Amino acid sequence: MEQISFASQLLQYTITGITVGSIYAMVAIGFNIIYNVTEAINFAQGEFVMLGGLIMVFLQVTLNIPLVLSFPLTIVVVTVVGILLDRLAIRPIREPSVLSMIIATIGAAFFIKGAAMFIWGKDPFDLPPFSGRNPIAFYGAVVQPQSLWVVGFLVAVVITLTLFFDRTILGKALRACAVNPNASSLVGMNVKYMILLSFAMSAAIGAVGGIVITPISLMEYDRGAMLAVKGFAACVLGGMGSFPGAIMGGLIIGLIESLGAGLISSGYKDAFALLVLLFVLFLKPSGLLGSVEISRIRKF
Amino acid sequence: MNRLPLKKNRDILHLTGFGLGLLLFPWLAQHVSVLSHYMDVMVFVGIYSIMTIGLCLLMGYAGQISLGHASFFGLGAYISGVITTKYGLNPWLCLLMGMAVSALVAVVIGAPSLKLRGHYLAMATLAFCIIVTIIFNENVEWTGGPDGLAFIPGISVMGYSVDSIAKFYYLVWSIVLVTLLLSLNVIGSRVGRAMRSIHGSELAASAMGVNISKYKIYVFVASAVMASIAGSLYAHYLNFLSPASFDLFVSIKLLIMIILGGMHSLWGAVVGAALITFLSYEWLHYFEEAEGMIYGLIILVIIIFLPGGLVSIPGKVRRLWARQ
Repeated sequence: MEQISFASQLLQYTITGITVGSIYAMVAIGFNIIYNVTEAINFAQGEFVMLGGLIMVFLQVTLNIPLVLSFPLTIVVVTVVGILLDRLAIRPIREPSVLSMIIATIGAAFFIKGAAMFIWGKDPFDLPPFSGRNPIAFYGAVVQPQSLWVVGFLVAVVITLTLFFDRTILGKALRACAVNPNASSLVGMNVKYMILLSFAMSAAIGAVGGIVITPISLMEYDRGAMLAVKGFAACVLGGMGSFPGAIMGGLIIGLIESLGAGLISSGYKDAFALLVLLFVLFLKPSGLLGSVEISRIRKF
Repeated sequence: MNRLPLKKNRDILHLTGFGLGLLLFPWLAQHVSVLSHYMDVMVFVGIYSIMTIGLCLLMGYAGQISLGHASFFGLGAYISGVITTKYGLNPWLCLLMGMAVSALVAVVIGAPSLKLRGHYLAMATLAFCIIVTIIFNENVEWTGGPDGLAFIPGISVMGYSVDSIAKFYYLVWSIVLVTLLLSLNVIGSRVGRAMRSIHGSELAASAMGVNISKYKIYVFVASAVMASIAGSLYAHYLNFLSPASFDLFVSIKLLIMIILGGMHSLWGAVVGAALITFLSYEWLHYFEEAEGMIYGLIILVIIIFLPGGLVSIPGKVRRLWARQ
């Protein structure tokens, strides 16, 4: 009896881990898109997720707009925030350097967080799940239907991005900019436009993450920094700049966190991601799927 | 040590003037009633200056961002606070212990992230800052948790108790002056040139034989130790600590001080510390809820329109003047 319950407990933690891990993976993908083009870490990445959740709450719960409309509308609004971030905070910098870009995103993250507190207050908000709250029994564990949506949307994001980067000329241009911005601009690509595009895409992916996780874990104004840290840990674990790495890293961080919280200590749940981050930096800074050359020679 | 004599003289002139101004301030505060309660704020300015001087070395001269300095500040404060209150150890011994622990923690966090190119340190220290805040809040039996730690004893210098605001003012600001003097010395030396070369171009610096990661780790550890000293002083001045004084918001505030003052100048660090401390202690709390937004805006406006910070204004004015 004890054995079975422990096994189902483990299964339950795994399910939770994969769910939150999917969100970390989305944040990590967002980091990578901007990082590949600009070499800067966007500290406002977590704020996109927070905004996605809270704007969705505003549209769906406060204004009573049906899900099928409020979902895309939220993504559009957050994408506009991402575009504004680039136009108002990143592009006007007169002496652009990676350092000043990072400082600008820290400032912007703080501003967005402050604005969210101003608008929504300090309370967490709930969102109705997409398809009810009736849990599905699964070998002694329970699966929230929303968890399936979360994983489903991660898959959808990955498929869309793969198609975008492989099949469209814009996606290929973005990849070219990631490899060598100078050469790309020599052959006629507008690198500034590509940076704008990378911010817009990261914001949109962040928004999706925020919308799908809010019915499970609620959302409040100061969630952004923590999401950014964990997404970054996922990024480093998978290898900075690598998309398959980001997905793998996100899921692993999610699993470690949920198993650690369940089996070791729930009070220090948030410390596990940091420990993973430090361990990876110590042992294999190029991450699981990044190559050593990338982390040493290019400015990665 | 190779020196740049002209710059040296100018620094000494500035330092002397600055020191005289500091000596004059308490006298002014006694006679001008408007200034009288600013003595208290000035002590905090001093405490923050010790931190921003270290952080300025890290940001302006080694080109690295730390979002974890509020935590080193907190480590110093809590080590001093908890050990003097619970075990009655000598405050100066606790200050040294805080420095040692902060240095050790800084090496653990800094060494792996600074060995890499890029800005891993910023994110690692952000994570560190969040974790330390959780630790301060969770370990209620040691730190008092969110309610705080009270009745921390004061500090004394050679049997002479530092028990008034004015005495603390002199203690804190003499430490600031020593820190400034040492830091100015470091900048003018070989080490300082190596650090500046790292900021300019890591590739060129390493091609010239500068061991980049070694210097970056040195600076990071030194700045963490300075923050820890500031924390110990803070604990003994306020006699009360709560985790909110050491969270991410404070780290961001320190960042703003550096950027506002000008990250390539140690004087900028002091100017920024003074301005932001006065802003947050005296004026900004009228805005309460909007405070975070205002700080975010300050960062953006400075980084876009005045990347050299406030201390770059005189030079700009002079250049405009010369053109006419």
